[in-house]
This record gives sequence, structure tokens and C-alpha cells, in this order.
Amino acid sequence: MFLVLFIIIYNIDLRAFDVPNDDGSSIILKWQSDEIFQSFEIFRSLNAGENFEKIGEVNGIEADFRDSNLKPNNDYYYKVSGKRDSILIFSNIAGPVKPVVQYFNLSRLPMAICIIILFASVLFYIRRARKGKKLFIRKIPALNAIEEAIGRATEMGKPVLYVPGIMDIDDPQTIASMSILARVAEKTAEYGTPLYVPTSRSMAMTMAQQVVKESATRVGRPDWYNPDNIRYITDDQFAYVSAVDGIMVRERPATNLYLGTFYAESLILAETGHSTGAVQIAGTAMPDQLPFFVAACDFTLLGEELYAASAYLSQEPIQLGSLKGQDFGKLIFIAVIVIGVISQIFNWQFFINLFNTIE
Amino acid sequence: MKIIIPLMIVFFCGFYMLITFFIPAKFAQDSSQLLQLWYQGVAAFFVFIGIFNLIKINIDKIQRKLRDWQYSIILLFFLGVMLGAGFIGGRDSKIFLYFFENFQVPLGATMFSLLAFFVASASFRAFRAKTPEATLLLIAAVIVMIGRIPIGYLIWNKFPDLVEWIMQVPNTAAKRGILFGIDLGLISMALRVLLGIERSYMGGGGEK
Repeated sequence: MFLVLFIIIYNIDLRAFDVPNDDGSSIILKWQSDEIFQSFEIFRSLNAGENFEKIGEVNGIEADFRDSNLKPNNDYYYKVSGKRDSILIFSNIAGPVKPVVQYFNLSRLPMAICIIILFASVLFYIRRARKGKKLFIRKIPALNAIEEAIGRATEMGKPVLYVPGIMDIDDPQTIASMSILARVAEKTAEYGTPLYVPTSRSMAMTMAQQVVKESATRVGRPDWYNPDNIRYITDDQFAYVSAVDGIMVRERPATNLYLGTFYAESLILAETGHSTGAVQIAGTAMPDQLPFFVAACDFTLLGEELYAASAYLSQEPIQLGSLKGQDFGKLIFIAVIVIGVISQIFNWQFFINLFNTIE
Repeated sequence: MKIIIPLMIVFFCGFYMLITFFIPAKFAQDSSQLLQLWYQGVAAFFVFIGIFNLIKINIDKIQRKLRDWQYSIILLFFLGVMLGAGFIGGRDSKIFLYFFENFQVPLGATMFSLLAFFVASASFRAFRAKTPEATLLLIAAVIVMIGRIPIGYLIWNKFPDLVEWIMQVPNTAAKRGILFGIDLGLISMALRVLLGIERSYMGGGGEK
């Protein structure tokens, strides 16, 4: 009689759902109970009411469980038992639940829309540029200064140091840096100024060697290219910094260019360069490192300017078109942000929910 | 063909990775992981190229007795010691750990600790109130510095709250603004690379 009463009082209400936007391999269980249990055991079966096997155990404060590695489109049944002292209390049987394969992650739909809009605006302006429309692009002082800085190094008869960051070529900033390196190498080759490119990754070194070699050939100076000037140092962050600092102190380059991904080494490099009297131009998309570069360098490319640099330096209409498209995308996002602020103030749930799902 | 084939590989791999980001189905996730594994496999081979380059340049320096050539001997000696210790005893061998813990770690820490002095010298230059912006920066920096230390609370008990506001509101707003620009720039550059408009990273220059 006591046991019957106990079961009635300690009821566990179990529900099971297919996990949305997944590969059809997971089901999520959620349960509610009015009383406190020490732990819960989770059971699964392919048939309602029989052959339940234990698949997991969670402590008493948990109220959900994710069952992974399931076969898609199979029916599954679940029950949960709450344990309190020596008594086990079972929940209702939840199911059948079928994990379903999703072919589009709906929670990423707003992001997909944003990317499509941006792609469309970039392609639109590229098309306009192809038709010969004149595009106005604002001046980026740091990029205009690169040529002057290389010229200064040439006049002083000193080398140019190019640091492409400490990450490998799977980092977009390193790719952007290599594009700028191509333009810098063209100029240095044209002027016959030595260019040092110490790299922290061997793959980046190979890429940099190829970029510099091709640039030298393009301006008709293949003899200028010296592969030993583009060298691998080490993957270790601070060992790399000490080696680059050593190059600055020994070789005294007149121009230091830091373009790529930087972490704690940014200020060590920039301050050592400053102490040698070099003109310094930096650029990174790491917001935490930007203040250090701004404080220690003569010019700094702020975030997006690093990605825009290659297009800006090339002055090719099609590349400039992509920059214009990027700016148009920015305008759209500013509008979205303003609408978002207004939506929050007036509690327009539809617009708010649209962006709540972005991961 | 020398340009077309790499461009096609970039185009298909890039767009495939982009599309699989939106497809949770197993085949899409497995194949995108496989592509990333291939990259890691290729990257592993490049370690040898890096070491070869290091050895070649330093041997050349010793042979030609270039400036500070003696350091190259030390570098090659320790490279050999670490490689030998790693190959013979693995990364947990006593000799490998000895050199790592007693040479590399303290040397790295020494370089890192230089930051403290460089922050001071860079701040000194940055905080000179020459322009209204620099003055604003100086005021904000002084408030943050005072508010972060116990004496700041003793001077005025609202200092930590003011610091929190500066960090959470104007600082975060500026940082997010920069991040928005970075993300848009990244997407735009990715499109240029995927479509082959930007190809100077391959040594191919601009539009051909």
C-alpha cells in the first residue's frame, strides 16, 4: 500500500524529441518531477514495453539527456527511473520517436541569407566595374604609406622586413597577408631592395617563396629573388619572436611590415622595431592586438582593411568592385542593426527571433 | 592549366566547405572533416620542408662564416639533440623533457615577460595628450588602471563600476564594430579567392 502511494506521489513525466537540425543521430529526453531524486537512469528500447536496456545515468539535478549515435528513421522508446534511497520510480514510456536526417540547418538560415545578400552585392558591383563604371574607394593611409616606406628603405640602402603573422595558410589573415606580400615584393624587386620574410610555419614559407618569386619575375627582376631571405624559423611563438627581433637588431631594416595574425607577440615585435628606428606598418584582424599596433606603429590597417589591402593596392576595377560590394553589405547590416535595436525597444518578437537562432 | 587547375580546386573545395556548413546530414559533415584531414596530412609533410630549410640556411651560414655564425652551430646542435631525443625516447623521454623544461620553457617565458616593459614604453607614447582623441584615451586608460587596483576602490568606491561600464559599453561597442567589419571583409575576400578574382596568393598576380 505504501509503495503504491509512493509511485502515485513521485510521478516522472518523460517526453522525447528528435533533435532539430542534426544528422538524424540524436534524440533528446526531458523529464519533470515534483520531488527530488538522487539519480536518474535512462533506458531505451526498440519495442514499446519490452527489452529496455540502460543507456546512461545522470545525477538527480539533471532533467534532460541526449541519446546520440542512433540510426536515423528507426523508432525508439524511452523510460527513466528516478532513484531515491533503495526505491526506483519509473516514468511513463515516451515514444515512438524517430530521429530524422536534416538536409538544411534551419537555425543557420539567417546566416545563409546574410551571406547570400553580401555575395549578391559583391557580384553586382564587380559586374558594374566590369562595365567600366568608375568606383570611388576611400583612401587607406596605411596602404598608401607602404610604397613610401619601401622607397625610404631603398634610399637608405636597408632591407624591408615582412612578418606574415604566426598562423598557417588555413588562416584567412595569412592568405590576405600573402596577397599584400605579392605587391610588396613587386615594389622591392623593382627597386632592388632586399626583402626578408621570416615565417613561423613551413607551409607559409613555401607559399611566400612562390609569391615573392612570381612577383620578381612579373616585374622583370628574377635575379633579385633570393630564397634564403624567405626562411622558416620555428612554430614556437616566442622563439619565433626572438628570432625576428634578432633580425631587426642585426640587420636594422628601414621598414617593418607586420601583416597577418598576431597574438601576444604583436607588441614585442612592434616595440623592438620602434627601438631600431624603422618605419612600421601593421595590420591584423585580431581586435585585441590592434591597440598595441596602433600605439607602437606608424600606420595600422584596422581589421577589414587587411582583407581589402590586396584589392586596394592592385587598383584593378574588378577587385575594387568587390570592395564596393562589401561596403554596400555593410550598409545593409547597419540597417539591420538599427531595426534590431528598434525591435528590442518595441518588443517586435518576429524580428528578434529571426536572429536569436544564429549560432 | 597551371593556374586553372589550382583555381578549380580552390573553387570546388571552398564552396563545398561553405555548403556543408549548412547541411547537418552525416555524409556532408564526414566529407568536410575528410577534407580538413587531408589538409592536416599535407601540413605534416611540410614540417620536413621547414626543418630542411632551417638546416640548409644555417649550414650555409657556418660555411660562409657569415656574421654570428657561431649561433648557427648552437642552433643545429640543439636541433639535433631534440630530434634525437624525440626519435629515441619519444616526447616523454627524460632528456627531451629536460631540455624542454629547462631551456625552451624559461626562454619562452623570458620573451613573454618582456611584454610588461614594452606595454609601459608603448603606453607612454600612446598616452601623450596631443590630440582630443589621445586625451580621451589617456583619461579612459587612467580610470581603468586606477579602477582595477584596490587603491582605486579606496579613493572612490564607484571606480570599479565605472571601469566595468567603460569595458562593457564603449569598449565592447567599438570592438563589435571592428568585428563586423572584419567578418564582412573576410566574406568579401573569401568570395574574391573562391571566384579566382584574387589570385596573388598563388603568385599569379591580379586579373589575367
